[in-house]
Amino acid sequence: MIEALFFYLFAGVMLASGFMVVVSRNPVYSVLFLILAFFNAAGMFVLIGAEFLAMLLVVVYVGAVAVLFLFVVMMLDINFAEMRAGFQKYLPLGLIVGGILVFELVAAMYGDAFSKASLPVASEIPNTTQLGGVLYTKYAFLFQISGLILLVAMIGAISLTMRKRVGVRRQSIAAQNSRRREDVMEIVKMPSDKTKAKDNAAAGSVDDK
Amino acid sequence: MLELTLNHYLAVSAMLFALGIFGIFLNRKNVITILMSIELMLLAVNINMVAFSAYSGNLEGQIFSLFILTVAAAEAAIGLAILVVFFRNRGSIAVEDVNILKG
Repeated sequence: MIEALFFYLFAGVMLASGFMVVVSRNPVYSVLFLILAFFNAAGMFVLIGAEFLAMLLVVVYVGAVAVLFLFVVMMLDINFAEMRAGFQKYLPLGLIVGGILVFELVAAMYGDAFSKASLPVASEIPNTTQLGGVLYTKYAFLFQISGLILLVAMIGAISLTMRKRVGVRRQSIAAQNSRRREDVMEIVKMPSDKTKAKDNAAAGSVDDK
Repeated sequence: MLELTLNHYLAVSAMLFALGIFGIFLNRKNVITILMSIELMLLAVNINMVAFSAYSGNLEGQIFSLFILTVAAAEAAIGLAILVVFFRNRGSIAVEDVNILKG
């Protein structure tokens, strides 16, 4: 009973904020509504008994992805108002496609065998323990590969956005280490006092002639 | 109605997925909103996976949901990095300006 009420609360707020993400005029508001939608989805996950994924959703999506979106939206200097031209034009098509999709998905799920299934009794072992037991044994390789994907994404993002600016002094450690004395120092032969006097005398004698 | 079944979760996730598609249709010019719509669709897929996993008493759905989360985070990071580089080069992120490769 109370679970159903919470489910409707979470689902309603999540769908409303998802709608606001799509139609919001200001992208900053879109990102904030996206965060709200993720929080409500986390609430639904708790309701269904997947606590670990709920916390992961909050940490990864709200803490990282949504903040990344917010950062990019605020960093780029774009006139978002003129980007909304054609908003009305695509509205009917979007409504038709979305409506057909919802109709088909909902029609497919009703009248199927799993419609009467109710939630199985929660086990004594916490959800996180169960997930950990499977994740580090049966899916250890997949887990490693997902770590690799994150590494590749990190390197890719950094190497994409890094740029060399002209007029900025930077330390180049490789260039510093590869400096050799022969390249940067030069021994100049300077005449000493004695040779200078001899040269002067020679020059004088030339002048005398 | 007040007894939660798998169908409740599936219906909500179907609606959220349709909202994501609706967003892509609606904001054709704004890459940032399109990326956010993709995030909504991935969230819908995650809800679907977790609901099936919980109702069938099988943990595999939650594991795969975790991997979807990983890929979604990587996708968002790379997508936004490409967006920033594109904005730096062209001064715009409108989708119709992305035509350098067009002959």
